[in-house]
Order: sequence, then C-alpha cells, then structure tokens
Amino acid sequence: MSEEIEKLFKEMAQSIIDGDSDISTELAQKSIEMGVPPLDAITKGFVIGVNYIGDQFGAGEAFLPELVMAGEAMKAAVAILEPELLKLGSARETMGKVILATVEGDIHEIGKTLVGTMLSASGFEVTDMGVDQPADKIIGKALEIDAQLIGLSALLTTTMVRQREIIEELDKENLRPRIQVMVGGAPITRDWATKIKADGTSEDAVGAVALAKQLVGKA
Amino acid sequence: MQPKLSLLDNALIERILEEAYQLMLKPGIKVQNAEARRLLAEAGAQVDEETQVVRIPEQITVKALETVPRVFHLYDYEGNPKVQYGGDAVHFDPGSSGISVLIPETLEHKTAETEDLLHIIKVAESLPQYDAQSTAVVCHDVPKDIHDLYRLYLVMLYSKKPIVTGAFSNQTVNAMIDMLAIFAGGRDNLRTKPRAIFDACPSPPLIWSNFGAGQLIELAKAGVPAEIVSMPLAGAAAPVTLLGAVTQHAAECLSGITIHQLAHAGSPIVWGGAPAIFEMRKGGTPYGAIETAMIDSSYAQVGKALGLPTHTYLGATDTKVLDMQAGMDSTMGFLVGALSGINMISGAGMLDSLLCQSPEKLVIDAEGIAMAQRMLKGMLIQSETLATEFFEGVNFKGGDFLKQKVTMQLFPKEQHMPTKIIDRDSIRGWKASGSLDTFERAKLQVKEILASYSRPVLDPHHEAELHAYVLNLAKQAGMEELPRLEKLKFA
Repeated sequence: MSEEIEKLFKEMAQSIIDGDSDISTELAQKSIEMGVPPLDAITKGFVIGVNYIGDQFGAGEAFLPELVMAGEAMKAAVAILEPELLKLGSARETMGKVILATVEGDIHEIGKTLVGTMLSASGFEVTDMGVDQPADKIIGKALEIDAQLIGLSALLTTTMVRQREIIEELDKENLRPRIQVMVGGAPITRDWATKIKADGTSEDAVGAVALAKQLVGKA
Repeated sequence: MQPKLSLLDNALIERILEEAYQLMLKPGIKVQNAEARRLLAEAGAQVDEETQVVRIPEQITVKALETVPRVFHLYDYEGNPKVQYGGDAVHFDPGSSGISVLIPETLEHKTAETEDLLHIIKVAESLPQYDAQSTAVVCHDVPKDIHDLYRLYLVMLYSKKPIVTGAFSNQTVNAMIDMLAIFAGGRDNLRTKPRAIFDACPSPPLIWSNFGAGQLIELAKAGVPAEIVSMPLAGAAAPVTLLGAVTQHAAECLSGITIHQLAHAGSPIVWGGAPAIFEMRKGGTPYGAIETAMIDSSYAQVGKALGLPTHTYLGATDTKVLDMQAGMDSTMGFLVGALSGINMISGAGMLDSLLCQSPEKLVIDAEGIAMAQRMLKGMLIQSETLATEFFEGVNFKGGDFLKQKVTMQLFPKEQHMPTKIIDRDSIRGWKASGSLDTFERAKLQVKEILASYSRPVLDPHHEAELHAYVLNLAKQAGMEELPRLEKLKFA
C-alpha cells in the first residue's frame, strides 16, 4: 500500500473521530478519484474511526455528541462510496438488516435514533420506522425487507408491555428465530428482556451494536 | 422576608420570552390533536393540516395569558384549602409515576404493586412536610388500562391530602375526574374546590401530542387544574445551553396555555416542568444535576414574571440506593426549588432518575424539605433589640442564655427540630442507640409510621360508590376483582 493511501486511510479515520461530515465526504470523493477500492476506503479507513470512538465511548472517554457526530460523518462517507460499490457490482456486504421502531403509544426516540446511527455506522442496514408503531406494521416491514433483527424501543412503563406483544405475535407466526428481537429503553432491564423472551437488550448504543453483531453471528 | 434565588435578570427574561414567541412562529408548534388545531385556527393561528404545524402569533397567547387564574388552591378531603398555586408559596409532594420501589432489606428495585403504593401513601400522609399526595407508583398487579385511575383510587381511600396526579389516556382522564367528583359531591363542587391537579405533558421539542393536548382540553373543559410538565432535555431534545432549554420550555408552556385557555378561558393551569440536562455518557436524564436545578429555577422565574403559578421536579436523585449522592442531589434540589419560590416541588422519594420510589427516602427527604422550609422563613427579627436585651444579667457565663425564658420561647421558632433521621448525637450516644446510619434510621421510622398509621375516616357511601366505579372499569379491563385492601369492606 502506497504511503499516500495509508495517509488517506488515517485521515479518513480521523475525520470520523472528529465527527466532521464535510471532511469525511471530501475524503471519500478523493479516494474515488485516486482509484482506491471503495470497500477498502470503508473498512481500512472510516470504520477504524468508528471503532475507535466506540471503544472510547465504552471506556467513558468519549461522550454521546462525539458518538453521534462520528456516526453522521460515517453515514456521509458511505453515501458517497455506496454508488461506487454498486457500479463495481460488489455491493458492500452488510452486517444484516435491522428494523428499528418505538412501540405503539410511545413517542420517545432519542435512544433509538442513537442505536440506529451506531448500527448503520457499524455496517448494518437500518430501517428506522420512527415512533408510535403498531405491531402489525413493524412485523410487516420486517417481512417486506427480510430483516434479521427488530429493535424495539419503549421509554414508558405503560408502553413497554408492547414489546412483549410483538414478540408473542412473532412467535405465534413462527417467525423466530428467523427474526430476532432486541429490546431497549430506560425502564427495560435484563430481567424484563428475559421475561418477555427477547433475544437480548443493552444499556447503550455501543452495547446494542455488540449485541446485534452477536445475534447475526458476526461478533 | 422570604429569601430568593434569581438566576435571571429582567432583560434576560424578556429575551427568553421574545425568542419563545419567535419559536412559536418559526418553526411553530407541532399540534397532533385535531381539536386543538381547530381551536388555534379559529383564534387566528396559521395551521398546516398536513404537517400539523401551527404558527401561533403572540397576541393570541397574550390574550390567553390574561384569563389564567393567578392564584388557586387545592383542597383536602374536608374542603380546606391546603395547597396554594400562585405567588411564592412553596409546597412539596412525592415524585410520581415510578415503576419500582426500593426494597430496603435487599436493595432490589422491585416492580411496584398495590401494597407498595399503600406504604408510600401512608408515609406521605404522616409527614407534615408533604402538603399533597402524588400518585407515586404504577401498580403492576392491575391491568394497564386502569393503571392511572387505580393509583388515584388508592390515594383517595388512604389519604385526606390534596393530590397531584395525571392520566395515561384521553379516555381515563374523565374517569379520574368522575372519581374525584364522587367525593366532592359532583363535578360543580369539584370545580369550586378541586382536590387534585393533573399533569399534561408536551413532547420535546415543541410538540403537543394528541394525548398531551387532549389532556389540556379535557381538563380545561372540566375546570380541573392542569399542570404543564414540559421537559426539554438540554443537548438532545432541546438546545444544549441551559438558556436554550429554558426558552424552549417557555414556548412549550405558552403554546399549551393557549390551547388550554382556548378550550375554556379561566380554567386553572400551572407553568411547570421536569426538564433535565441530557447526560452525555449514558444518555440519561439526571434529575439530581445542578444544571437541571438551574433550568428549573430559571423557567420558574420566567413563569413568575408572567404572574403564573409554578411547578417543578426537584429533590429526586439518580443514584440507586440511599447513599450520600442521594442526600446531595435531593437536598440541593429542595433548597434550589424552595428558594426559587416554586409552588409545587415534586420529586421526593425518587431514585434512579424518577424510576424508583422509596418510603425510606421519603422520610429522609422530609428532613431535607424541613431544612429548606426553615431557610425559606429567613432571618427572623423576634426581639426588640437584636442582642443587647439578652445580655441583661448575663455575666460572661456560657450557660446563662439557657436560663432565659425567651430562649425557651423562641428556640422552637428559630430552630427546626429534626426527627431521629438526623444524627447530631455524641459518638457515645450514637453507639448506645445502635450505631445506625441514615438509611437504618429511616427503615425504623418507616416501620413506626406504618405501625401507627390509621386510615382516615371517610364517608362510607362515597367509598362504596368509588369502589363500584373503579371495579366496573377493572372488569372492563379484564379483572374480575380488585386487589384486596386490608380491613376494607365495601357494601
């Protein structure tokens, strides 16, 4: 690998760490002009930055705004590189397809959006359905796009029961383990997740990525 | 002179209001309730039915503000005014809508049920620091369709104090008003002497959901007091700056008041909230953070500048056990809230950022509240001369002041006498009484309170009617019998 490309990869990682979408976009374009394989630009450049920020966050050294900005910078870079990948017929191998939704009756979405940002920065294909989503819509969407994972968010104690209803519905339709379910939200405990037979839960967005990777067998 | 904390000067308050009015025009307020949009449109606001965004011109809100009562009261079971909303009156009630309770023996946060709420009600009923009850935890042993009204049912059966509550749906709010009307002797009487106030929450940023706006409208029509609980989360669901969050809070409250007064001018409503800074490590909402208290104090000052009654969430902690952080967070909150002259300060008893209630914390918090209340009384001038007259006959001897009659008369006015929760003993005395720390002392006090509590005597006809009303709703929700309440039989 030429020194120039090595330098470019380092700058790419740094642009993610700095959470700078302008620079990550610029570097993505530059890599195309330089003839760097787009998959390399992602995995050897930008992803290094995402992993670094994720680790720093896990260690309490980085904070949520940095994490979110890193995710946004990653998204911006991938948006430039994705069409190139398609042109080459070598679409990026995604980690898996994830549906995210806040359950019916609940409109809280800060945590869910964070999880979405981190999952897509980590290579998952994320469909965020937004808030106040009824069970049939969520399951319908999951079937439509052939998602492997559903992430259900609930902040209210009055709405967390909906997570159970959706899991029961999936079981009734024999859709598990084809579709696995992650649950999250402020009132959600490990005990709750076990009780409602969810496939897992996590305290934060970085943990959700680790969980998702584990569930799709790519940890 | 009631001591006061002011974090804002008048010029800054004006800027906050000016920008709040700007926000109500651009980006506007998202109003997801059709009736609320209709009311606003009829008043002259510009409504986009597709996006549900409403641009509310200042003059509509200014007119609404004119009809808001400056002062109103909540009444106890007997009809005595016990809580004043308005002016600089300061009251405290337990934090509400927790989902778990701290089990003192195991430190487990157990999912709350009927018995847990009864313990909390009994403890709050016995402590004079709490001028009102709250519907403190959700009881998970009843169906969720009656979660909100079942809490109120228990409070009504076990307390005589005013009640801070809230409904979880646009249907149940009217059921809860009916329940209160049974005890008040009809909806008209309830309107004249309301026993309870209901929370109504906008969703940050700048959204009045179908549910939130629906509550405002139902409460306004019923003439039952409403308390806006606006909760900008600075840095996530609101600008990161504390002043930005205060400004967003103002826009959410002003728009809420506008909807409310358009639904029924003159109905009582409170400028309240439960904002917090957004915690940047874990994404939580730290109610014990000093910045959270600063937002609260500031928005209350804005509400007071408009002449409105005020409410806030302070005195809760983010820690999970009754440790030193719990003491720091809570007492700091009580003091800031009290010095800000906030009419109702909710939050006592709560751990884990409002998720967990604890009767033991309620008794400890009562001491923190008592200290804040003492501070509020300020420096009292109780004698003709400040000191000189006390020196008559005192001959440079240390214990002489103890012999003065005036000492005996005035020390209870000058000093708040804490309960055994507060330790000011000698090390010998402390050891002799079992070497107990605050938490251990609190456990004992809760046991004593529960042992000595007796349920208030209420009109048995009203009780039976209330029980029948709630039982009927429970049956509709799929529950044949309500949980058995100790020693209670209904005709």
